[in-house]
Parts: sequence; C-alpha cells; structure tokens
Amino acid sequence: MSSQASSTGQSAPELAIEMSQIEKWYGAFQVLHGVDLTVEAGERIVICGPSGSGKSTLIRCINQLEAIQKGSIKVNGVVLDKTPKTVPLDIGMVFQQFNLFPHMTVLENCILGPVKALGVSKEKATQTAREFLERVRIPEQADKYPAQLSGGQQQRVAIARALCMKPRIMLFDEPTSALDPEMVKEVLDTMIDLAQDGMTMICVTHEMGFARAVADRVIFMDHGQIVEENAPELFFGNPQHERTKNFLGQIS
Amino acid sequence: MIREFGPNEVIYITLAIRYTILLSLIAFAGGAVGGLMVALMRVSQNKYRRWIAMAFIRVFQGTPLLMQLFLAYFGMAILGFPIDPWTAASVALILHAAAFLGEIWRGCIEAVPTGQHEAARVVGLGYVNRMRHVVLPQAFRIAVGPTTGFLVQLIKATSLASIIGFTELTRAGQIISNATFQPFAVISLVAVLYFILCWPLSKLAANLEHKFNQATTR
Repeated sequence: MSSQASSTGQSAPELAIEMSQIEKWYGAFQVLHGVDLTVEAGERIVICGPSGSGKSTLIRCINQLEAIQKGSIKVNGVVLDKTPKTVPLDIGMVFQQFNLFPHMTVLENCILGPVKALGVSKEKATQTAREFLERVRIPEQADKYPAQLSGGQQQRVAIARALCMKPRIMLFDEPTSALDPEMVKEVLDTMIDLAQDGMTMICVTHEMGFARAVADRVIFMDHGQIVEENAPELFFGNPQHERTKNFLGQIS
Repeated sequence: MIREFGPNEVIYITLAIRYTILLSLIAFAGGAVGGLMVALMRVSQNKYRRWIAMAFIRVFQGTPLLMQLFLAYFGMAILGFPIDPWTAASVALILHAAAFLGEIWRGCIEAVPTGQHEAARVVGLGYVNRMRHVVLPQAFRIAVGPTTGFLVQLIKATSLASIIGFTELTRAGQIISNATFQPFAVISLVAVLYFILCWPLSKLAANLEHKFNQATTR
C-alpha cells in the first residue's frame, strides 16, 4: 500500500499499464479502434462515455477477460500473452453485477483465490480476509451468504475479495451502476478510501462526483476511441471536444 | 401344465426387483461418470472435444435403446466377443445414461452465469479450480431436479434389458406370465412394482425443483 510514495519519489514514474494501438472486434464489429493508454503506478483513472463506446471492453482487455486482435498490453512491465489461459494475478477487478460466488459465505468468497491460486494457507488467508472486510466496514457479515446482503454490502465484499489477492492495480467496471441510489455512497466511499491509499485504479463509472474527487485523469471514450483525456478540473471545466460537451451536458 | 399364480410367484417377481434396482444403479453410476465427461467436453474451448461429445450424444440419443442393447449383446457376439447379458445391459445402459446426463448437465453448466466464470478467473483460478469450486457446485444445484427425473426414466428403461434375457422385473413377469397364463394379473403386479419404485423419486424430483426455484427467486 506504499506504491504512491515510491512512485512519486522517482523521476521516471513506474508504469503500471501500457496499452498501445489496441484493436478489438466482435465478429465484424470493431469495438476498439487503435486505443493507446498509459497508466502510471498509483494513478487513478476514470473512464466515461456513452454506452457501447468500448470503455468496459477496454478495461476487460487489461486483465485478459477479452482477447485483443491487434496491439500490445504491458502490465507492470510484462507483455501479456495474446491467447491467455489465466489472467494477470496483480490485477483485481470489481464487476457491475458483483459476481460473488452465491454458494459460498463472504469469507469463503474472499479466501478462495488466495488459497487456490496463490497457495496461501487457509489460516493466513482468513486473517487477511478479515482485515479487508474490516476495511470495507462489514466484518460482521463474514459468515453470511451473498444473497443475505444488500447490493452495497455485496459490492463491498467484492472489493474485499479483489483486495485479498493483494493486487497492484484495481479495475472497476461500473461498480455502482447496479446499485440502488442509497447504496452508491457506501461503495464510492470504500473506493475513495482505497484511492487515498495509493492503489492504481482504473474505474469505468458515470459518478462524476467520484471522478472530481479522486481521479488524476478523466478519459472520455466514444465509438471505440479515446476522444479526450484531461485532469478532472480541466475535463469538466473546459471540455475541448463537441462530443465530450454533449455527453457531459446529458449526464449532469 | 399350468402353474397357479400364487404367493410363490408373487415373491419370485417381487424379488426380481433387486436386479432392476442394481442394473439402474450401475447404469446411473457409470452414466454419471461418463455424463460428467461428456458435459465438460461439450462446454470445452477445444472444438474437437466438443465435436466428439456431440457425435456421441447424437448417436445415443438418435437410436433406440433397444437397438443399443441388441448391438451390445448380439453384435459383440457376432464380432467374436460374446458377453453375458449383465455386461451387455450394463454397457448399453451406461452409454445411454452418459449421453442423456451429459446433455442435461451441459445445460446446467451453461446456466451458471458468465460473470461467475469471469470472477473466478479474476481471482486467479485456472480451469480445474474454476470448474471444481465455482461452476460445478452451482450447476449441481440446478441439476438435482432434472437428474432425479432422468433416474426415473432410466429405471423404466432397464425393462428393455429383458429382451436380451436379463432377468429383471419385466423378464420375471414374462416368465411367470408364460407359466401361469394370467398375463393381466402378472403384468399389473409388475407395473405396480415399477410404480412403487418410481413414484417416490418423481415426487422427490418435483420437491427438489420446487425448493430450488424458491431458493433462486427473490
């Protein structure tokens, strides 16, 4: 959790993600048109854009849930294989639909990956899981099943589950879009807390308040391309492109 | 000489139910192992595995079980490998059950949402762990009802094994019927015994499905 200190102290910042000229098709339909994206370690990126603009696909390419047809992706300096069997272990991900394992308790959800994929002992993994559940402020729910929790609680469990893998990068794919309005804040607060700890974060979200509060850079995508990217105050205060202006006009 | 249809005959038929039960269990156990393999091959990334499983299912679902029993028993003998009715009936019913269970379970595996596979991948699980800890346990819960339903079908299907001289419930009934010339009484008894075996299972399947539906709807 000290990556911020180490990255800001260096003259050449450590790069967490380098994507260059990413092209992706679903059959004949091209979803990504030569996207370039570089993310420094400790940087917080918010990606927004209209539905179907390729923003979710872009972050799903980073941890290889989607294969790319052209271009290259480097994660923490390592070039990713184009036909992956597994995902890079130092990237955690939180989904719109939570995707908790419904047949396991909260605690079992959290320790499955560390025990089976990282070879951590069950005791050690349980201890770590309890710490992270404490951090997302639901330690008392450890022995419940996902269906017994509210949406906001489920999403916080999902965040804890991702953190238990001790990732260096966290991806959030519209983490609050499936939540009832009154539960959005508890999830955003957890994410803000995480951002303040210096986690490298890439968030696809339409929560512009969150973007203003924590993002180092806001990226606007449309039709599979990055249209505009800027620091939040410039992005919101003085958008350059017509499409960005339209989009911001529609969601605010 | 015509035999009476008396207590001895009733006992003979009733005891033959153990062969029906045993053959059903063999077919179900073997079919479950084969069915799991077929189901996993059907959802495999590898297209050759998918094709092989598909061809297997097509052949065994597309031909009558009676033909499969004939081929297993008489076919093997003609090819120079004579096998006893037990082996022939077991092999044919196992393959039959594997094809049907494979297809039922494929559906159950595919009913587990994609997000579950993705979440498992994201916490670093490879194919085996993903299937074992995340996908199959969820597919299993979906499968309980339809699988029990298929078991009922399988029990009734074992009656076809009588055609190759396997003495289970139906064949025992035929033997007594031929000796007593009271087919109506004898076959009625046989039917009642099948019903006693199958009805509780059907009821169980319905209950399990009801329970599952309640557990998954909010």
